[in-house]
Amino acid sequence: MPGLVIGFYLPERRAALALQAIEQPLGFAPNAFLRIGADDSVTVISKHIEVGQGAYTGLATILAEELDAAWPQVRVEPAPADDNLYKNLRFGVQSTCCSDSISNSFEQYRQAGAMARAMLVAAAAQRWHVSGNEVTVEDGVVKHLRSSQQAAFGDLALLAATMPPPARVTLKDPRDFKLIGAAGLPRVDGKAKSNGSALFPIDVSLPDMVIASVEKPLRFGALPRSFDPVAAKSVPGVIEVVRVSEGVAVVARSFPAALRGRKALKIEWDESKCEVRGTSELLREYRTLLDQPGTVARRDGDAAVGLAGAARTLTATYEFPYLAHVPMEPDSAVARLSADRCDIWTYDAAPTALQNTAAHITGLRPEQVQIHSLYGGGSYGGGGGGAGIAVEVARATGGRFPVKLIETREDMMRADEFRPMYLHRLTAGLDKEGNLIAWHHRIVGQSIFAGQPGYVTNGVDFISVAGASNIPYDIPNILVDLHSTTSGIPVSPWRSVGDSHNAFAVETFLDDIAQAAGRDPLEFRRALLPKDPRQKQILEFAIDDHFRDSTFAKFPRDRQVLELAAAKANWGAPLGAGKGRGIAVHYSFKTSVAHVAEVSVGPSGRVKVDRVFCAIDCGVPVNPDIIRAQVEGGVAFGLSSILHERITVKAGAVEQSNFHDYRLLRIDEMPSVEVHIVQSAEPPTGIGEPVVPSVGPAVSNAIFAATGKRLRTLPLDQAL
Amino acid sequence: MSVTLTLNDRTITLDLAGDVPLLWAIRENAGLTGTKYGCGIAQCGACTVHLGGKPVRSCVTPVSAVAGKPVTTIEGVSGASARAVQSAWEKLDVVQCGYCQSGQIMSAIALLNEKRDPTDAEIDAAMSGNICRCGTYTRIRAAIHEAAEMRKGAHSERRNPRR
Repeated sequence: MPGLVIGFYLPERRAALALQAIEQPLGFAPNAFLRIGADDSVTVISKHIEVGQGAYTGLATILAEELDAAWPQVRVEPAPADDNLYKNLRFGVQSTCCSDSISNSFEQYRQAGAMARAMLVAAAAQRWHVSGNEVTVEDGVVKHLRSSQQAAFGDLALLAATMPPPARVTLKDPRDFKLIGAAGLPRVDGKAKSNGSALFPIDVSLPDMVIASVEKPLRFGALPRSFDPVAAKSVPGVIEVVRVSEGVAVVARSFPAALRGRKALKIEWDESKCEVRGTSELLREYRTLLDQPGTVARRDGDAAVGLAGAARTLTATYEFPYLAHVPMEPDSAVARLSADRCDIWTYDAAPTALQNTAAHITGLRPEQVQIHSLYGGGSYGGGGGGAGIAVEVARATGGRFPVKLIETREDMMRADEFRPMYLHRLTAGLDKEGNLIAWHHRIVGQSIFAGQPGYVTNGVDFISVAGASNIPYDIPNILVDLHSTTSGIPVSPWRSVGDSHNAFAVETFLDDIAQAAGRDPLEFRRALLPKDPRQKQILEFAIDDHFRDSTFAKFPRDRQVLELAAAKANWGAPLGAGKGRGIAVHYSFKTSVAHVAEVSVGPSGRVKVDRVFCAIDCGVPVNPDIIRAQVEGGVAFGLSSILHERITVKAGAVEQSNFHDYRLLRIDEMPSVEVHIVQSAEPPTGIGEPVVPSVGPAVSNAIFAATGKRLRTLPLDQAL
Repeated sequence: MSVTLTLNDRTITLDLAGDVPLLWAIRENAGLTGTKYGCGIAQCGACTVHLGGKPVRSCVTPVSAVAGKPVTTIEGVSGASARAVQSAWEKLDVVQCGYCQSGQIMSAIALLNEKRDPTDAEIDAAMSGNICRCGTYTRIRAAIHEAAEMRKGAHSERRNPRR
């Protein structure tokens, strides 16, 4: 998009100036996304929270690029809650989700930087009595070459603030990018997170602050019928015991005192409405459903006819467990309440929604609720919770003191909202020549977005079938159908959501078929990706408009990353005895990713993942090093889940509680990771989530290649 | 009751019970929040501090058990290993969410104080008590090697300042 010219929305500027008047009397704030200080600092306001994914660095890079700022002068501040200024452009409300922080902000932050640059140039032109056309900006210095005059941003800030905002600005030709795509641009949060000074919600301390910890029911859906606070209140350090929506909160002078208070609590739980089933009962129900036709998510041709006429058919059944998010920071949040104001310190991904929640709890107006976003100790779709409960406790204690809610690891593990458990059955038909002519994929499990408009179409929650109903493979007869089940076990998006299980089933089953057909897994996939899947006639496709533009990768991106990963991994070259190589490709969050994994099997049968190669096409790589970091982390995350992670429920209660029984990947199991990023000038697409789905199947396919063992019940460590 | 301890080279007296975990004494009483709570059962390493120079999990160490031994947290680390580790962490941009990284760094410093040039296997053994959910493990490994190199460089500079 070279030389794009875009208009501006002036209300944003006025609101930004009003904001600036409160918080920063000096300097230059041309719009809601940056502030230039008299000290030359460029403060970028991030509308997305930073949970490790690199949003702060990314948004700062994009804005600083068009501003021509020098990287060392750039810092980042979180935005306050404000949908008008800081909405996610894809959803219309402020939110950090769905791996779209960079993609939805790219043009917006470029414009913001370009606008500020234009006003600095205008200020310099006025001061030096020269034409603005002759003024340049480079590395944070405004220059007029002919008269050898130059000025720092800070020198021009006050004058620039008086310049009329430009009606339109010209954005850079991507070929002129200096910061976008640059190697070695350090993260803006790297130092603070390496010396202990980075502030997370759990670190907030206010005068007279108290600590709250909530005793919650063990079984989902249970509520406290009554409780006896006397013993808890007699514990030294305990101040109060109050009822909150999730259970009973002990308010104390310290966290250890709050925990001792919780132990002394006597609560009678009303379990009349709680979930009584466990994962084994649910699995039995799911198995029955697996034999019954589900709601059609996609239909091309006639899969039943294709299977009936096939020379050979294959069937495989997969079990995927509930999974927990497990951010390293247990949910923590601070709330301070007075008669006309509520302040909240948190890393909630949806600050304006939290503002409304807090307003509802306190009786204040939303604008009286101030959200202070801090660094978040991990998300992966979860984390950052607890603020609502902190506000409830502040309200219940009359606003007498600021309240910090801290969850224990056990609270987090037992009362998470999980990646749902799923059961899949896949059936494939091959003709006499070994061509794949029919594909039937049936999925059974809870819908995360049931009842939410924009997600459920013709009875199908697209997220449940994402990565299954939009497979790009050129198979004449396809049927994907779904049973959406319900249970009292709460579910929510978990890094890569539906693609996390669907990619595993699709990409490992493809290897089974390739083997049955006597074909190489790479060649087999390539042959199934001959043309743009958009050209294929799809008879039925339950997908909301919301997702339609991103249903399939731009052709032939999937095939390109597949070939790139294979080439870099030296696909086909012989490996030593006891070793195996596996490949998988997957498209999600508008990004195409392929992984090749190499595993070795030790004498005791123990499998070790040695190396993982990844090729990724995510449009213009804004911060290549952060993309690499996300791929490395995605390999760890994907591997951890397929090797070890599983939440089981017995009689409505989670059986796991902490890291000893919910095992996560540790450094001694971490393979080396090699990342290859496709160079592109297309708009940027997702990173955080799409790097996960193809990890598991690539590793499983490598284990299959090394051992001949095909494991379809996750996690794999149950059978390895 | 009160407990006296040496925290980052300062002797402080805190008003708390002796069975309070060192982690919470450091965070809530001494007000140093770089040391993190992750699990409370010595399974994740986010709370790692040095006790007499050795890495310990402060979440399961009663504050009464540290009397007489110096406690060092991420805020108080010093020396060649600490400088090298923190520089390497920044140079390689190890961190993502960052929550576990104080603990990772404390374990890495202790490792480098013991072993000047650890192998991958030695790194894995010394660091496998520290969980990183973001999965920064490849960079942690690389940064420890980088820090070992930096220390070698600093060492030879001192021996031969004109080099």
